[in-house]
Amino acid sequence: MRCEDVAELLPAAADGIVPGGLRGLARSPGVGLEDRSARRHVEHCVRCQAELVQYRRLLRTLHGLRTEVLEPAPGLLADILATLEAAGERQAVRSLLTGRRVAYVGGIAAAATAGAAGAILLATRTRRRPLAS
Amino acid sequence: MHTEDPTAVLVAAARQGDEAAFEALVRATYAQTYTLALRLTGDEEDASDVVQESYLRAYKGLARFRGDAQFTTWLYRITANCATTHLGRRHRRRTDHLADDATVVDLDPERDPAAQAEAGALRDRLEEALAGLPPKLRAVVVLRDVYDMPHEAIAAELGISVSAAKVRLHRARRRLREVLFPLPGESAAGDHEERSHAV
Repeated sequence: MRCEDVAELLPAAADGIVPGGLRGLARSPGVGLEDRSARRHVEHCVRCQAELVQYRRLLRTLHGLRTEVLEPAPGLLADILATLEAAGERQAVRSLLTGRRVAYVGGIAAAATAGAAGAILLATRTRRRPLAS
Repeated sequence: MHTEDPTAVLVAAARQGDEAAFEALVRATYAQTYTLALRLTGDEEDASDVVQESYLRAYKGLARFRGDAQFTTWLYRITANCATTHLGRRHRRRTDHLADDATVVDLDPERDPAAQAEAGALRDRLEEALAGLPPKLRAVVVLRDVYDMPHEAIAAELGISVSAAKVRLHRARRRLREVLFPLPGESAAGDHEERSHAV
């Protein structure tokens, strides 16, 4: 196995992950340095050992960034809260309008029902009235 | 004695419509969210836009937050998704570096000064190398290697397959390693040297 084949496995081998799409690039489809020939190569190749060490150092440094916070511009918090407030107000207006719409529709429906009931009652009484002879 | 997570208490109150509780959540998390957004976009203005959009989405979607993950994890997923959408909308390639005057606050003070200085120098070079990555590679390596996000979540938020996410991670790590720790005969710019010696 050559260094260039092993080099393809090292970025993932540093934390034990091998992208499926890269397996084909290795001579034998193994999983990182669990691949016996890759492991044997690294055990005897100072250059590949150094590269693997550098990948591990890179991962440690990347992980270290997790505890760091980049200070935002002073106005950001106010901007976020203003955006949320505007959204909250829009939401309130929308729910108010929705509520009124429901009330209007309900009122119209009630009036229509009452009208229809009155018309039916009137029609029934008219039909029952005996004919004057 | 059982002590409740203060964030969980705030989330529960915010879900009941307590706006002050949601504001407290914003105050507690916005700097970290901005840091992620800046690392993903590489631009302060874009990062600020992404953070505002993220909190707006979180506010509207809070009822859907089931609480089976940490609030910050959920928020980071929203931020990753917003950053992807934002960068896609801008249709321009970002090569800007992180602003030189961006103040970095280290939350891990328990390190000796010499190690801290050395780590600080390496961290600065890493931030610069990250900013120099194409946004698609940068997003994956930041979400995976800095924020420990699972491949599946990264793929879902970036709208790519899991295998594509893994391939991007592989390329990003290789580029960063070449820039930060070039091997003998390898240029810091990341040129590939033909290596042919077999063992």
